[in-house]
Amino acid sequence: MEDEMRFHLEMQIEQNLGAGMSPEEARQAARRQFGNQTWLKEVSREMWSLRFIETLIQDLRYGARTLMKNPGFAVVAALTLALGIGANTAIFSVVECVLLKPLPYPQPEQLVTVNRSSPKFEYASIPYPNFRDWQKENRSFSAIAISRGFGFSLIGAGEAERVNGQFISADFFSALGVKPLLGRTFAPGEDEIGAAPVILISESLWLRKFGSAPDAPGKGLTLDDKSYTIVGVIPSSFKFFPNADVYAPIGQWNNPSLQLRSAGLGIQGIGRLKPGVTIEQAQSDMDRVARDLAAAYPDTNKGTGVKIAPLKERMVGGIRPTLLILLGAVGFVLLIACVNVSNLLLARSTARKREFAIRAALGAGQWRLLRQSLTESTLLSLAGGGLGFLVASWGTKAALAAMPDTLPRAGEVGVDGRVLLFTMAISLGAGILSGLAPALKTSERLLSETLKEGARASRAGRIRAQGVFVAVEMALALVLLIGAGLMIRSLNTLWNVDPGFRPDNALNFGLNLPPSMRTASPEAIRAALRELSDRLNSTPGVRAASFSWGAVPLLFDNEDLFWIDGQPKPSSQSEMNMAHQYIVDPRYLTAMGIPLKQGRFFTPQDDERSSRVVVIDEVLARKYFGAEDPIGKRIRQDGDENPWQIVGVVGHINQYGLDSDDTATIRAQLYFPLRAMPDNMMPRLAAGVDVMARVDGVGPGVFDSIRRVVQSHNSQNVIFRPQTMEEVIAGTLAVRRFSMTLLNAFAVAALLLASVGLYGVISYLVGQRTHELGVRIALGAGRRDVLRLVVNHGMKMALGGVALGILAALGLTRLLTEMLYGVSATDPATFTVIALSLVAVALAACFVPAWRATKVDPLVALRHE
Amino acid sequence: MTKVDILQGTLDMLILKTIGHESMHGFAIALRIRQITDEVIQIGEGSLYPALYRMEQKGWIKAEWGVTENNRRAKYYKLTKAGRKQLEGEVASYARLTDAIAKVLQAA
Repeated sequence: MEDEMRFHLEMQIEQNLGAGMSPEEARQAARRQFGNQTWLKEVSREMWSLRFIETLIQDLRYGARTLMKNPGFAVVAALTLALGIGANTAIFSVVECVLLKPLPYPQPEQLVTVNRSSPKFEYASIPYPNFRDWQKENRSFSAIAISRGFGFSLIGAGEAERVNGQFISADFFSALGVKPLLGRTFAPGEDEIGAAPVILISESLWLRKFGSAPDAPGKGLTLDDKSYTIVGVIPSSFKFFPNADVYAPIGQWNNPSLQLRSAGLGIQGIGRLKPGVTIEQAQSDMDRVARDLAAAYPDTNKGTGVKIAPLKERMVGGIRPTLLILLGAVGFVLLIACVNVSNLLLARSTARKREFAIRAALGAGQWRLLRQSLTESTLLSLAGGGLGFLVASWGTKAALAAMPDTLPRAGEVGVDGRVLLFTMAISLGAGILSGLAPALKTSERLLSETLKEGARASRAGRIRAQGVFVAVEMALALVLLIGAGLMIRSLNTLWNVDPGFRPDNALNFGLNLPPSMRTASPEAIRAALRELSDRLNSTPGVRAASFSWGAVPLLFDNEDLFWIDGQPKPSSQSEMNMAHQYIVDPRYLTAMGIPLKQGRFFTPQDDERSSRVVVIDEVLARKYFGAEDPIGKRIRQDGDENPWQIVGVVGHINQYGLDSDDTATIRAQLYFPLRAMPDNMMPRLAAGVDVMARVDGVGPGVFDSIRRVVQSHNSQNVIFRPQTMEEVIAGTLAVRRFSMTLLNAFAVAALLLASVGLYGVISYLVGQRTHELGVRIALGAGRRDVLRLVVNHGMKMALGGVALGILAALGLTRLLTEMLYGVSATDPATFTVIALSLVAVALAACFVPAWRATKVDPLVALRHE
Repeated sequence: MTKVDILQGTLDMLILKTIGHESMHGFAIALRIRQITDEVIQIGEGSLYPALYRMEQKGWIKAEWGVTENNRRAKYYKLTKAGRKQLEGEVASYARLTDAIAKVLQAA
C-alpha cells in the first residue's frame, strides 16, 4: 500500500504541475492534500498485514475473558473434556507402546521367533541338538539364539533364596543388540556343555546383592551348588524377561535330557535375519534344514519342521483385538463428552445473543463469529486435554504396576512424543466438534437478525439439535453398557466353570532339596522325600499334601508320548499319542479334590519295587478305549522298556484355562506314582518338585508353618512361590478381567455423562418453555399434565436414543466375540435388561426437572420472556 | 476545497458506481467523482483508501496491480458480481430514501 500511496501522491503532483504550480508548490500542495501519511499507513496496515494471526490472538484473548466471566461453566466443560481426553490418552499410550512402537532393539524388523513345529503344534519347543544343527546349517540368520526359564536356588549368607533366571545361548544378547551395563555378555563357546560356569546378572540383583559395586564382574555367585563367575551386568531397561535376575549359559543346565534330540524341554528360540532376508526366504531355508535333519534322524525328527514368525507379532498379536476394542470404547466416551459440552455451549449461546448481535452490527463477518465460537470451545478442550494428559500419564503407569502380567511389554508403557501429539490432536478435534453446532446455530441466528420471529424459529431448531444430541449420547452409552454387561456375564460364567478339581483351599508351591542331595544316592533321595511327605501330611492345618512332578494344571505343561500296549509301536515320535503327564503321590486326589471314577488310585505300596501302575483320566479312557473297560489294559511310554498297567480312571481336570481346555490339542491325562520313578529320575526330583496341599484355610500362617516343618527337616530345603489354585485360576482370567474392568468404567462414565446431559437439556428446555408452561397452567392444566408434557418430551429423545443404540449394539458387539464366553454377542436377555435400565435412568433424569416445572407459578411464568 | 460529509454507505455506493464500467486506480476514482460532481464531492485519501480496503475485504471489489499510461505501477479496482448486487441494492434503497425525504419536504 505504500506503493499505492506514493503513486497517488505522484499523480497529484503531476496534476498540480499541470495546473501551473511550480514543482516546489506542486509537491507541497500535494502533500498537504494527502493529509497525515502516517495515520493512513496505519489504517491501511491494519487491514492488511498479518491479519490472520492478529485476529486469532484477539479471538483467544476474547475467548479466555468470556470463559473467565463464567467460571462454573468453564470448569464443568473443561473437566468433562478432561475425562474423555484423559481416558483416550491412557488407552492410546498403551496401544502405542504395546502395539505400535517397534521393539526397543536395533533393527527390530529383523527379529523373529524360531520354533520347532510338529503336526500337532505350530510353535513347539526346540531340542538342544536340533538348535546346534540349525545354527550350523542355516543361511538366512545372522544369529539364532535360545532361552529357557529356570529357577535357581541361591545359597549364600542367610536363608536359601529362590532366583528366577534364564538359560541362554551365548549370542542371545548380541542377537537382540543389548549391551551390558557393566562387563561383557557371553563369548562364543561359553554356552557349550562342559564350559566354565560364567553368569550374567540383572541390574536389580547387582544392586541387591552387590550394592552396585563396579568390581562385580569377576565375583562369584553360587547357584544350585555350582559356583559361577560373574562376567557382566544386564541393564534393567532390558525387559524381555521381566522377572529374570540371572542368565546362565545353556550348557550349564545339568538336565540329562539336554542332549536328546527328542526332548523339547521348553526351550524357546529367537533369531535375527540377515540384512535383506525376508521371513519367507528364511522360512524356506529352515524348511530345507528341517528336511535334512528329518532324513538324518528319522525317528526323532520325522514330521518336524521349523516355524518362523515376527517377534513383535508373537509378543503382542494376541492382545491386539482387546486393545483396539478398548480404544473404540473409550472413543465413545469422548464423543459423549463432546456432545455434552456442545449442549452446554448451545444453552449458553442463548444468553449471549445480544452480544453477538452487537458484534455483527459492528461489522464482524459470519466467518469471524464462527471462528470465535470455535476458539472458545477449543480453549476449553485444550485446557481439559492438558489436565487429562497429566492424569493419564501418571495414572496409566500406576494402573499397570498393579497388574504386571496382564499385558505384554507392560514395562515399556509410558508417554512419548506420539502420545502427546495424539492428545493434542484429539483435544483440537474435540474442541472443534463441541463448538461446531453452537457456532453454526449462532451464526444462523444472526442471519435472522434477532427479530422476534427469527428467534422462535431458530429456537426450535436449537431444541431439535439438542434432542438429536441427547439421542446420540444415549445410543453411545447403551452400546458401552451392553458391551460391559456381556463381559460381566462372560466372566461370571467362566468363574463357575468346573475345572475338574477343587481350587478352594488348594495350595501349590515349589520345593527344592539342598543342592547336595542332587548327587546323593537314589535311596537317600527317596528317604528324604518320604520323610518330608510324612511331616507335611502331619502338619496342623494341612489335610493332605502330595508331591507332584511334571504337569500342574494351569501352571506347567509336561507332555508324554505313549501308545497302547498290544498295538504296533508307531514308527516315529510325531505319530505317537500325547498326554499330559502327572507324576504324583497317593494323596494327590485328596489334595486336589479330583473324583475317582473307576478302579483305584495309588497307594504307598506302589513304589519302585512293585508292579508298574498308572491311572488315566476319562478323556483318555473314552478316546483310546471307547466303551471298553480300560482297567487292566496297559500303555507303553516312549523310551521305556516295560509297560504300565491301568488300575484306575479319574475325572478330567482342566490343564489349560477354563475356556480353552475344550479345544486344546492334548486333553488325555496320565498319572504315574512318584515313588515308582526309577533311580535315574531321583536327582531331578531332588532338584525341584511341586507340592499340592489341601489346607484348612489359606492364610499366611499356614505357609509359614509349612516352611518351618520343611526347614526343620533340613535347613537348606527351599520352598517358594506359594499360590492358591484359586489365585492361579484368577490369573488365567486376568486379561479378561482387565478388559471388563475398563469397559465397566467406560460404560459407567458414559451413563453418567449421558444422564447428566439429558438432565441438563430437559432443565434447559423447561427454562425455555416457562412462558408456555405458565400459559398452560393458567389455562387450567394440572400438575400431572405439565409433568407428562415435559417427561414425554424427554422420553422421546431418550427412547430414540435407546432404539438407535440397540441397532448400533447389534452391529458392534460382534467385535467382542473373542472375549465372550457362554453368552452370545446378541444375547437378548442382556440387551433387554440394559435397555430397560437405561430407560429407567432416563426417566429419572427427566423427572426431576419435570417436577420443578410443575412448581412454576403461572403469574411469574407469564411475565417471563 | 469544501469537504462534504457523506455517510459511509453512500461513499461506498459512489465508488462502486464509478468503477462499474471500467476498473480504475484509487487516484482516478477520486478524480472522476470530483469531475462529475463539479468539485462538490471531494473524497480525501483518508476516506478513499479505507473504504476501498473495506470493500475489498467484503468481496465487493477486487484489486489487481497494473500499469498506467505513463508506465507507472498502480493498483486497479474492479467490481465483482457480489459488488454489483450490492450496488443495485444500495441504489434502490438510496432512491427510496430520497423519495421519502422529498415527500416530507413537499408536505411542508
